[in-house]
Amino acid sequence: MSEADTLLYLDGVTVNFDGFRALNALSLVLEKGEMRAVIGPNGAGKTTMMDVITGRTRPDTGKVMFGLDTDLTKLDEPAIAALGIGRKFQKPTVFEPHSVWDNILLALSGDRRPRFSLWARETAEEKRRIESVLETVRLKDQRDRRGGDLSHGQKQWLEIGMLLAQEPQLLLLDEPVAGMTDAETEQTAELLREINRTRSVVVVEHDMAFVRALDVKVTVLHEGSVLSDGSIDHVSADPRVIEVYLGR
Amino acid sequence: MRRFFAILLLAALALAPGPSKADQADDAFAALASTSFDSVRGGVEQLSASGHPRAAAVIGALQSGKLYFRPDRALFIKQDDGGYLHALTAAAIADPGTVKPVRVNNGIRNAIDAALGAMRLFSPDTATRLTAAEAVFHAAEAGALPALNKAIAKESDPSVRLRMEQARAAAILSSADSGEADRIQAVSVLRTRADIDARGFLASLSGQPPAVADAIAVAITAIDRKAQLWSVAQSVYYGLSLGSVLLLAAAGLAITFGVMGVINMAHGEMVMIGAYTTFAVQQFMRAHTPGMYGASLLFAVPLAFMVSGTVGIVIERTLIRWLYGRPLETLLATWGLSLVLQQGVRTIFGANNKDVDTPSWMSGATQLGGLTLTWNRMYIILFSAIVLAALMAALRYTSLGLRMRAVTQNRRMAAAMGIRTPWIDALTFGLGSGVAGMAGVALSQIDNVSPNLGQSYIIDSFMVVVFGGVGNLWGTTLGALTLGITNKFLEPVAGAVMAKIVVLVLLILFIQRRPRGMFPLKGRAAES
Amino acid sequence: MKLDRTAGLTLGLTFGIPLTLALLNQTTDVSAALHVPTYVIALAGKYLCFAMLALAVDLVWGFAGILSLGHAAFFALGGYAMGMYLMRQIGSRGVYGNAMLPDFMVFLGWKELPWYWHGFEWFPFAMFMALLVPGLLAMGFGWLAFRSRVTGVYLSIITQALTYALLLAFFRNDMGFGGNNGMTDFKDILGFPVQADGTRSALLVISAAFLCAQYLVARSIVRSRFGKVLIAVRDTESRTRFLGYRPEAYKLVVWTLSAVMAGIGGALYVPQVGIINPSEFAPANSIEAVIWVAVGGRGTLTGAILGAVIVNFGKTWFTGALPNLWLYALGALFIFVTLFLPNGVMGLFAARAKKPAPELEAAE
Repeated sequence: MSEADTLLYLDGVTVNFDGFRALNALSLVLEKGEMRAVIGPNGAGKTTMMDVITGRTRPDTGKVMFGLDTDLTKLDEPAIAALGIGRKFQKPTVFEPHSVWDNILLALSGDRRPRFSLWARETAEEKRRIESVLETVRLKDQRDRRGGDLSHGQKQWLEIGMLLAQEPQLLLLDEPVAGMTDAETEQTAELLREINRTRSVVVVEHDMAFVRALDVKVTVLHEGSVLSDGSIDHVSADPRVIEVYLGR
Repeated sequence: MRRFFAILLLAALALAPGPSKADQADDAFAALASTSFDSVRGGVEQLSASGHPRAAAVIGALQSGKLYFRPDRALFIKQDDGGYLHALTAAAIADPGTVKPVRVNNGIRNAIDAALGAMRLFSPDTATRLTAAEAVFHAAEAGALPALNKAIAKESDPSVRLRMEQARAAAILSSADSGEADRIQAVSVLRTRADIDARGFLASLSGQPPAVADAIAVAITAIDRKAQLWSVAQSVYYGLSLGSVLLLAAAGLAITFGVMGVINMAHGEMVMIGAYTTFAVQQFMRAHTPGMYGASLLFAVPLAFMVSGTVGIVIERTLIRWLYGRPLETLLATWGLSLVLQQGVRTIFGANNKDVDTPSWMSGATQLGGLTLTWNRMYIILFSAIVLAALMAALRYTSLGLRMRAVTQNRRMAAAMGIRTPWIDALTFGLGSGVAGMAGVALSQIDNVSPNLGQSYIIDSFMVVVFGGVGNLWGTTLGALTLGITNKFLEPVAGAVMAKIVVLVLLILFIQRRPRGMFPLKGRAAES
Repeated sequence: MKLDRTAGLTLGLTFGIPLTLALLNQTTDVSAALHVPTYVIALAGKYLCFAMLALAVDLVWGFAGILSLGHAAFFALGGYAMGMYLMRQIGSRGVYGNAMLPDFMVFLGWKELPWYWHGFEWFPFAMFMALLVPGLLAMGFGWLAFRSRVTGVYLSIITQALTYALLLAFFRNDMGFGGNNGMTDFKDILGFPVQADGTRSALLVISAAFLCAQYLVARSIVRSRFGKVLIAVRDTESRTRFLGYRPEAYKLVVWTLSAVMAGIGGALYVPQVGIINPSEFAPANSIEAVIWVAVGGRGTLTGAILGAVIVNFGKTWFTGALPNLWLYALGALFIFVTLFLPNGVMGLFAARAKKPAPELEAAE
C-alpha cells in the first residue's frame, strides 16, 4: 500500500471526557475506495471516532489526516463536510418538516452560503440529480411525503440518500441497519456495496450478520483502541475479540 | 532694678520645694478668673493636674459656659435655677454681686476636653477610661501629658493602655518641648494605630523637626497603604454579602434549572412568597405571641420553606410536568405563572411595600480593624452558607437526594429500578422552590417586600447559574460570589448602575467563550 | 410571486382594514354613525407596530428556533432613533426655547449637543439609524452568540440580559437619551403636526404598508431555499452542520434582519404613541411579544400578525374594563397557550389545510 492510496489516517488519537478515556491512542488507516466495518462493544469508542473524524470532537492528542495533507483536527464540521466526508447518525436524522425531495435538495453538493441560498432557484440539473438519488435509495414514490412521516427504514435510506447527494469521497455510517427488517438489511448491504464502487465507506455496526454480508475488512475497537483487525473470519476467531465482544 | 528682683524671685522659686497641691489649685483658680484666654487655658491645665476635688466640677462648668468670676477673682458656678455656687467650696451663694462669665475659645475648649479626659483616665470603669483615652487623643493637648503618664503607669487593661499610649503620642507631638527621639517614637506609635484619625492627626502636624517630618511622611504612606487594603477587604465583604444573596436566590434555581433542566421563570415569585411568609409570621406573632417576637425569623425560615415548597410541588404537578422536554414552552408558561402569582399577592396584600422588622440581634455592626461588618449581612452570609451545606448534604446523603440524582442521570433506568420518577420530579421541584422561599426570608431583611421582589432577582439568578455551569452547586456558589465581588469592585469605579451593566456585558461575553459555564458537564451526556 | 389564499387574505386584511379606518376617520363627520374616532386610529397604528415586532420574533423563533427574550430592545432602539428626530424637530418650541438642545439636556445643564445626536434632525439619516443601530447591535451580539454555539434557553437568557442591560443604561441621565422620562412632547414629523388627525391616519396607512412589505419579505425568505435550511437548522442543527452548512451564518442573517424589522416597527410606533422611554426595554415587553406569536401560531407569519392584534386588543379592553384582572388574564394566556394551543390560533385553522403547521420540537 502506497501513501498516495491512503484516504484517512488516524494516528495515536486520544480523547478524554472528564477522566474517562473514550479513545486511547487509536490508529487506523483507510485506503481509497475501501469499505471498512468497525465493530466493538458499547463504549468502545466507535461513535467518538466518528465524532473526531467529522470535527465534532477535538482529540486531546493525535493526528487525523484526510488525503495526503489535510489535518482534520484543525477544521470544524461544515469544513470537513465540504471536503467530502459525509456522516449518517446512529438515530436516523432527517429534516422532518421537509419533504423527501427537499431533504435531498438541501443535501445536494453546491454553494452552502446564505447569500446563495437566499436567491437560489431549483435548476434542471438539480432536479435530475435529486431524481437519480431517489432512484438509488428507492424513495422515488415518496418524494412528496414529509421526512417525519416515513417509516424507520425509509428514514435510514433517506439519510443515506442525503449522504449520496453530498457526493462525498468518504461515507461514515453509524449503525445503518439498526431497527431494519431482514429484507431491508439485505437491501441496505446491497446499496452499500453499490455505493462503495465509487466511494470509500466506514460502517459501524453491531449486526454481525450484516457485517458478514458486507464481506469487508473488519476493525474491532475495545476501550478506545484497536483490538484486532482483518477479515470477519479472522477477527471472529481471535480469542481476545471473543472474550470482550462476541462473548461465546 | 525690677529685673534683679525678678531673677531673685525665680531663684527663690527654684530653690523652694515644689508648690503644694493646694497652692497649685489656688493658682489655677486664680488663673481661671481672667479675661485672658492664655491665663484661662493655663488654669485649666493646672487645675486638671492638681487633683483638686472640685476640679472636675469647675472645668465641667467652664465647658458648659456656667463658670463666672467676680473682679476679686472669686469663681462661681451658675445653677440651672439662676442661683450660684461658690466654685471652691460648693456653698450656695444667693447674690455674688457683679459677675462675668469666663469666656472660652477653641484652644481652651481643647484644653477642657483634654483635662476632662485626663481626669476620667482614672475612672474605675474600663469603658470610661477607654473613651477618655480616645477623647484625650483627639484633643492632642500637651497639658494632658502628666496625667497620661500617671494613667499609663497604673493601667492594667492592655487595650486601654494602647489607647492611652496613642493619646500620649499625640500629646508629645503637639507639645512644643518634646525631644526629637520622643517624637519619632510617637510617630511610630500612631503609625501602628493606622486609622483615619491617626492619619488626619499626622497630616495636620506642622513645624516638626526634619527627621520627624520624614517619619511622619513615611507613616502617612504606610497608613494609606493599609487603608487601601482595608478598603479592598471591605469591598470583598460587600461582594461576599451580595454574592451570598445571589447564591440564596440562585441555589433553588440551580436545582430546578441545573438538576432538572426546568426553566422556572416563576422562581423569583417563590422567593417573593417566602418574603411574604416572613411578613405574615411577624404579623401573627406580634398579635399573638409578642414575647417571642424576636425569634420570628427562626419560625419564618421553615415555614417559608414549606409554603414555597408546597406551591412549587403544586406547580410541578399541575403545569410543569406537561412541559418536560420543551424548555422554551416551560419558560413561557412559568413566566405567565409568575404574572399570576404577582398579581395574586398584590390582590391579597396590596401593592405597597410591606414592613418586615429586623430583630434587634440582627441590627448594628461590629468593627474588625478597618472593616465595618453589619450584623444583618453577616447573618445572611452565614445563612446562605448553612443553606448551601444543608442542600449539598441533602443531595448527597439522603435517600431522596440519591433518588433525585438517579432520576436526573438516567430517568428510564431509575424508573426501571422502581423509583417513582413523577414523585421525585415533584419533590425536587419542591425542594428548589422551598430553598427559594428561605431566600425570601433573608431578602426580606435587606430589600423591600413587594410583589415585584422576585423579578428583580430572576435575571441575576439565571446569570449566576449559567455562569457557574449547570448542575453543580459548587459552580453556582463560585458564580454567585464572583458576580457579587466583581459588582462591588466595579461600583466605586463605575457607579452602581454602570457596574451592573458592565457585569451583564461581561457575562454575555463570558457565555460566548464558555457556553456551558465555568463547570460544564462533559462527554456525551452534555451533547443532548 | 405567487400568493396562496392565506397570504392574499393576510395582505388584504392587513392593508384593507387600516385603510378603511383611516378613510372613515378622514372623510366622515365626527357625528356620523360610521365615524372612526382618532383614538381608534392611534390604537390601530400601535397594534400594527406591535405586529411588526411579532413578525420579527416569529421569524427567528418560529423558523430558526431562536427564542429571543430581548427583541423589544431592537424595537425600542428603532423608536429612540425616531424619537431623536422628533425631538430635534421641536426646535425652539420646547419649554426652555433652546433651538439646539432638547429640553432634558437644558435641564441637565448641558451646553452642546452630544456628537451622537448630530444628523438626527435630518429625517433620512434618522431613519437610516433606526435600521442600522438595531441591525448592528443584533449583528454583533449574534455573531458572538451563534459562533460559540450558544443555543436554546441559554441564548434566551442572555437576550434577556441584553435588554435588561440596555434598560439600565437608558435609565441613566448621562446617556443623553432623556433618562427615566425618555422623549415626548413631539411637535411635528416632516412638517406635519403629529397630533393631527390627518397625520395619524397617514401614519396608520404607512404602518400598514410597511407591515405588508415586511410580511412579503419574511414570506419570501421562509419559502426560499434559505428558509428551508433555516427550518432544518431549527429542528436538527447538528445535521445541517454535517451537511456542510454553517448554521451560525444562517442564524446571523435572519437574526439581523429580524432586528431591523423590529427597529422599523419601533420607529413607526413612536410618532403614533407620542413617547419613547426606557420602559420599552423592560424584559417583560420582550416576553409579551413572544406570547403574541405563540397565541397566533409560532412558525406561521400570518399568526404572528394575528396574535399581536388579538392580544393587544384584549389588553386594551381589559385594562379599560377590568384593570385588576389584566395580569391574571395575560398570565393565564401564557399558560393556556403553551399547554393547550401549541400551534396557536393558526393551528386551529390548519386542521382544515392540507398540511399541518410544522411540528415544533424542542429547539435543542
